[in-house]
Amino acid sequence: MSKALQQLLYKMADDALIIGHRNSEWTGIGPMLEEDLAFSSMAQDKIGHALALYTILHEHLGQPHPDKLGFMRSEAEFTCCQLVELPIGEYDFSLMRHFLFDHAELLRYEMLTNSSFLPLAQLAKKVKGEIKYHVLHADTFLKQLARGTEESKARMQSGLNYTWPYALGIFEATDNEQDLTAQNVFTGEEELKKRWLEKVSLIINNAGLTVPKVEESKIVYGGRKGYHSEYLKPLLDEMTEVVRLDPSAEW
Amino acid sequence: MYGSTNLTEQEAKRMNDTSAEDADKLQAFEDRIARGEKIEPDDWMPAEYRKQLIRMIEQHAHSEIVGALPEGTWITRAPNFRRKLALIAKVQDEIGHGQLLYSAAETLGKTREQMLDDLMNGKSKYSNVFNYPAVTWADIAVIGFLVDGAAIVNQVINSKGSYGPYCRALERICYEESFHLKQGHDNVVYLATGSKIQRDMLQAAINRWYRPLLHFFGPPDKMSAHSEKLMKWKVKLASNDDMRNQFLDQYVPKILELGLTFPDPNLRKNADGVWEFSDPDWDEFKRVINGDGPCNKERLAVRRYAEMAGRWVREALMNPSDKYKIPLA
Repeated sequence: MSKALQQLLYKMADDALIIGHRNSEWTGIGPMLEEDLAFSSMAQDKIGHALALYTILHEHLGQPHPDKLGFMRSEAEFTCCQLVELPIGEYDFSLMRHFLFDHAELLRYEMLTNSSFLPLAQLAKKVKGEIKYHVLHADTFLKQLARGTEESKARMQSGLNYTWPYALGIFEATDNEQDLTAQNVFTGEEELKKRWLEKVSLIINNAGLTVPKVEESKIVYGGRKGYHSEYLKPLLDEMTEVVRLDPSAEW
Repeated sequence: MYGSTNLTEQEAKRMNDTSAEDADKLQAFEDRIARGEKIEPDDWMPAEYRKQLIRMIEQHAHSEIVGALPEGTWITRAPNFRRKLALIAKVQDEIGHGQLLYSAAETLGKTREQMLDDLMNGKSKYSNVFNYPAVTWADIAVIGFLVDGAAIVNQVINSKGSYGPYCRALERICYEESFHLKQGHDNVVYLATGSKIQRDMLQAAINRWYRPLLHFFGPPDKMSAHSEKLMKWKVKLASNDDMRNQFLDQYVPKILELGLTFPDPNLRKNADGVWEFSDPDWDEFKRVINGDGPCNKERLAVRRYAEMAGRWVREALMNPSDKYKIPLA
């Protein structure tokens, strides 16, 4: 069980750290000041979630200190999905990623509030309250931009088409997941994906956009097994640039 | 300084000439300020007062959002969770200050869009200090401690000014800045008491920022044009030299007590309690203000990118062709 639990916590923490890192890149360059502020707030929350999950790994499962886990692991040791690694691109992509990712996050944490692993259940109760606002932000902007100008509508649809196969990669199966299900730690990725598809399809349709067909999507897997896009390595190099100057020092 | 009130000779002359204003209204306005009352957006005010305040608040707002750029590039490189979270929050505050200040300036009749246009076409300025690069992590510590420290000196003084919306914005800004100062100081202390690599990078950063920090408060009083009106109207509340002296008095000892130095053998406090220092090259100050600093082009290029890349978003939000309707079920 502890192996499967570790895998679950690592992939959730890695997703949160990397998307938080990406969202923070909007600081100072958003389409309006209010969006700089919004992406910055979400980045702080995500990095906070990553820290909380690494702390559980450290305190309950004997893993190294959170700063070591976040800043001192190699690319292949990360198990984030490839969706979160992609560069911020333009606002249409970043917004669509935020929309698709945060709906999955909200549903995942809602499911985890009933987890038999209490530290995670307690964290989930707190985190879902924060992600509720991330989802509210994403939904509001998605609806307005999908119904805005011809250009904004086209950008939202093409952003969705591009992001969709990566988003489906969030739910990549991991080994030993049945242990988690058997012990009521987590209901599993397939169930999460089912609920997510229902939820996001409804919102996308209401916004007047077309949901890409899952069966025709070339889903981007690999992240959960340590296989990443070409963007993760440079991201990690940048993230650890300062600490690597003197890894034994206190920063 | 953040919101500069440095005038050319010509501007100072025009400021002091209020013959076009209604004498009775002007007298009543000046009496109110003398009594310590705040002027509010709907109140009568002389045209020059409005103009100088717009200029000052606008420059201050630009300084906040441009100032977020050199620090922002280090969010992705901060060395651990604690520093990363603190730096994102800090830079977010600066953007928030910009938003607050643009709103304060808008109460005087210039829109945020006009102000951002003037920033990009070079018509309005921002603090010179942000035209210098943050080349290492230690620069972030020095900016957080000393540049924010200098900004607080300036802003606390300005918060005692006469224009209500600006004063209220500054009060809130100063409250947040005091936390920035703490995180900057904490970062400086860690580097100063850390390994040789850390100490060396901190000392190098202090050497780099010494001169821009002396420039921060603007040219010396004997070199700048004065306007008694600005003082009387409580738009400007302290001279450049006084503010600079207050800053040096507060912060030089804090750096020296960490065993660090400043790259100026003539930096000392004289018997009258006034800080003396070598000439920090005021020609360089002028060159940088006029666009020829190490990062002027880069900073404006980033702002232009943000404005252009985000235009379609703003247009879609402003002119929705097909408004979203809340579904009935």
